Amino acid sequence: MTDTAAAAKKAPKDADALRKMLRDMLLIRRFEEKSGEAYALGKIGGFCHLYIGQEAVGVGTMAALRPDDYVLTSYREHGQALARGMSSRAVMAELYGKATGCSGGKGGSMHLFDVSKGFLGGHAIVGGHIPLVTGVAFAIKYREGDQVAVAFFGEAAVNNGAFHEALNMAALWRLPAIFICENNRYGMGTALERASAIYDVAQRACSYDMPAEVVDGMDVLAVRDAVARAAQRARDRYTPTLLEIRTYRFMGHSMSDPIHGHYRTKDEVDEMKARDPIHAFADKLRADGLLDDEHWQAMEADVTDEVEDALRFADESPEPGPEALTTDVYRD
Amino acid sequence: MAVLTYRDALNQALREEMARDNRVFLMGEEVGVYQGAYKVSRGLLEEFGPMRVVDTPITELGFAGVGVGAAMVGLRPVIEFMTWNFALLAIDQIVNSAAKMLYMSNGQIPIPIVFRGPGGAALMLAAQHSQSFEAWYANVPGLKVVTPATPADAKGLLKSAIRDDNPVIFIEGEMLYNTKGEVPDGEHVIPLGVADVKHPGTDVTLVSYAKMVAVALKAAEELAKDGISAEVIDLRTLRPLDTATIVASVQKTNRCVVVEEGWPVAGFGAQIVDGIQRAAFDDLDAPVVRVTGADVPMPYNRHLEKLAKPDAAKVVAAARQVLYLPAE
Amino acid sequence: MATKIVMEALSPTMEEGRLVAWKKKEGDKVATGETLAEVETDKAVMELVARGDGVLRKIVLGEGATVPVGALVAIVGTADEDISGIAGGPTAPAAKSASRGLGIGDSGLGKKAAAPAPAPTRAATPIAPPPAPVAVVPQSPIPNPQSPSRIRSSPLARRMARDRGVDLTLITGSGPAGRVVKRDVETAGRTDAQMHGRTVAAIAAPALPDGGFRDEPLSAMRKTIARRLTQSIGPVPHFFLTTEIDMERAWEAREQLKGLGEAYQISFNDLVVKAVALALRQHPAVNAAFLEDRIRHYGDVHVGMAVAVEDGLITPVIRHADRKGLLEIAAESKVLAERAHARKLQPDEYTGATFTVSNLGMFDIEEFTAVINPPEAGILAVGRIAQRPVVVDGTVQARRTMRVTMSCDHRAVDGATGAAFLRTLKLMLENPLAMLL
Repeated sequence: MTDTAAAAKKAPKDADALRKMLRDMLLIRRFEEKSGEAYALGKIGGFCHLYIGQEAVGVGTMAALRPDDYVLTSYREHGQALARGMSSRAVMAELYGKATGCSGGKGGSMHLFDVSKGFLGGHAIVGGHIPLVTGVAFAIKYREGDQVAVAFFGEAAVNNGAFHEALNMAALWRLPAIFICENNRYGMGTALERASAIYDVAQRACSYDMPAEVVDGMDVLAVRDAVARAAQRARDRYTPTLLEIRTYRFMGHSMSDPIHGHYRTKDEVDEMKARDPIHAFADKLRADGLLDDEHWQAMEADVTDEVEDALRFADESPEPGPEALTTDVYRD
Repeated sequence: MAVLTYRDALNQALREEMARDNRVFLMGEEVGVYQGAYKVSRGLLEEFGPMRVVDTPITELGFAGVGVGAAMVGLRPVIEFMTWNFALLAIDQIVNSAAKMLYMSNGQIPIPIVFRGPGGAALMLAAQHSQSFEAWYANVPGLKVVTPATPADAKGLLKSAIRDDNPVIFIEGEMLYNTKGEVPDGEHVIPLGVADVKHPGTDVTLVSYAKMVAVALKAAEELAKDGISAEVIDLRTLRPLDTATIVASVQKTNRCVVVEEGWPVAGFGAQIVDGIQRAAFDDLDAPVVRVTGADVPMPYNRHLEKLAKPDAAKVVAAARQVLYLPAE
Repeated sequence: MATKIVMEALSPTMEEGRLVAWKKKEGDKVATGETLAEVETDKAVMELVARGDGVLRKIVLGEGATVPVGALVAIVGTADEDISGIAGGPTAPAAKSASRGLGIGDSGLGKKAAAPAPAPTRAATPIAPPPAPVAVVPQSPIPNPQSPSRIRSSPLARRMARDRGVDLTLITGSGPAGRVVKRDVETAGRTDAQMHGRTVAAIAAPALPDGGFRDEPLSAMRKTIARRLTQSIGPVPHFFLTTEIDMERAWEAREQLKGLGEAYQISFNDLVVKAVALALRQHPAVNAAFLEDRIRHYGDVHVGMAVAVEDGLITPVIRHADRKGLLEIAAESKVLAERAHARKLQPDEYTGATFTVSNLGMFDIEEFTAVINPPEAGILAVGRIAQRPVVVDGTVQARRTMRVTMSCDHRAVDGATGAAFLRTLKLMLENPLAMLL
């Protein structure tokens, strides 16, 4: 038997799961590329922060979580929402501001919500949602549950007071939280070394006596395994973890920001693009005999169809009616 | 009917609601072991345990956010700010998280949280400890704002606030905690959004809330000596505002004075005046006059502080002004 | 750039104006809002104010001259600019400005306002013969100093006036800047009701405690009227209103009372005093005094009775006459009159009246005009009750009538006000039962 064949006979479940991870990353990539185009055409308004280059972090994380866990994130969230299993139709429709969007058109790119998937938003104040995650973890412990509460944030949030307060309380009260810092090196146009007295984000965990790891964010399996470790620690021992996942965004901070220029060089971007997580993982699966060209092309076509479908759905969906202006200000 | 202090009325409300619904918990600085900075939570740690009465580090932003997060997944937190002055640090969580979550999520995530603590001035606590911010919160759609003036109202309104599925800003007063009043026995719940005529009258309407209700009542007493019958309305809830009660009174008296502790510019009284002039324009015989705190940071010196605060004499003068009576 | 000063429409009905006196000379600097001249309109003397800064370069209209609204009266410009092209020819009439009082205020927010209250008295300048004091003819009531399109009134007062069919322009406001407020409409409404002969309802006067009073600052119009009319008739500008009252029912009533016995005896003067007191309650504007810079409205009604004594005249006072019954008034007036004759009246018994009644009927005087006791705003001169021929339904009948003449201080009371008071008095005396209501 060839190596490929032998590999293909390995735990089929695992193979499916791995291929799903690849597909999810590819879906995110294509979705984000199309979002960028739609934004440029004026179909998406406001701010649009793309996840291109960071797919492995979202996908790897969700692969390690349970459906009953909770996720809160910042505004660079389309990829995480899709990775969590929210429908690409619902997400695209929300970006288009349509009534069929996951937030009824009232949240937009920065405020995607789906309670059924434990996806609790979509928050736009840097660092502002991190204490919320401590709160969710508090509630889990209050109810003596074994779920975990996950926060995604960028490295620019770790100098923020909210970050500090939230991590301190999570450690002090021993709460089942995972604080995932997606360190893509740049807070908008400011490199981390210009914003932070300490470069290694993971080092901050010692202020709270909290376990921490540095993870290669371009390697989806590394991410998955680190998150799985942190999740186990949370479920078993009500202990929070800080994960610094080093990644890179290939686009600008948002659609309104330059890809490179004053704050980073084109060479650097190109260098990182060579470490594209999707290609890296696809190559790995091929090497392990879990992926061949046919699979890959089918996957690409399937993803392309799904994204086209999402675009069409969003385009054809109705706008929210004027009465939506005043609904859900208060819960009666 | 028992006579309770305002603080004990609040204590009873917390105790009853925590016993009634085990999703309700209290969190804040010194609420547990210390028995509460103002003793409002006395005995609760002993009764309900440390998971339900949680002492926090000095991290208003952090623990306000923790409260909101817990509410997002179905708990019913009561977050105590030692005073509302410190809540400025937490205002991002109150406004950007708590107030807006339901709307941004298209109705998926209600936030049944109560933020409570004393607001306004006490005595000689100076500029950073004497501020009234009710207008700031009343301005925000998604929040409710409650300001009880009496022990009975404090108990009844706190119970309602805790049972409400929306974020409620509950503003008490250091100077109110020791005041005493009758509190009905048994289950005593006052709905939010309903004002109370604390003293009926016919000649002039005095609208007020929180600590200023006592000032208005004193002014009504003084005015009665001159044969002027003042009607004192205690708003109790600022948002949603019971405009109907105010308007009905103004239609009867044709003139109104609004008494508020905070700063005048864009203070909550301005909203009340707007409501009156819109709804009762043809019933007004005089412009509505506001009596407010002085437009200055609060000074430390006791005499200067008195000048900075509304008092009964100022309210009486305002009432005489709208009655077109000469100043005394 | 020079400005033409034209004859402005200073009252809504003005068509021409007479330039009474220039307050500035050629060459004087003028500033916005300063008075340039006094102009007599169809209603009163008003002030023409500067609407810009500059120098009064040329006076075109001389004192005493009358021109139509819109005619050129002067030119204001910079000190040295050439104005030769400007003088001559009327310009388009200035728009009838809303709200032109005697220098009172103004046409609304944000515009360069007309002067606030005019500068106080200047040196007297020659004035053409003044209008007769009855320029305030009772039939055409003096309108509110503010024009109808810009009456200051509270929203409530407006609504009440509308509901009651009371003309807002006829009401003088007691609020700040002449704002008409609820109590003004209530008072006026009552006046109006009497003019239509409706029954008089009980009235609650503004709550003034015993001995209290309410001072009303003089409006600019009042000041000007005071100034001008004083110049014509001496310190207190009197005018006189006469009316003839049918006393048949009063006579019957008194006869009825006589029939009940000695204890129920009252005189006609007692009836008059009582009726006057009640009428004063309903017309608080008459229960007043002119005090140089303000008008004092009394909260109490104290009626003085003129009593002739040897070599003189004294006026004992029936205090709170509105609250006393006829018998009490009768008893008190008898006692006071005796004390008056005996020269035993104490100061507190002959001072403090808010209005006086003088009755010469017992001397068979048909009617007379009395002089006001300052600082009261009025006095009622009562003539004899006699049978006189009166036309009733087209036939001549003999009826007992009484002529009364009211003297009013024009600085405090105008014709319409005095007339309204008399009307009420007449109503009460002609229908004595009304005094019980």
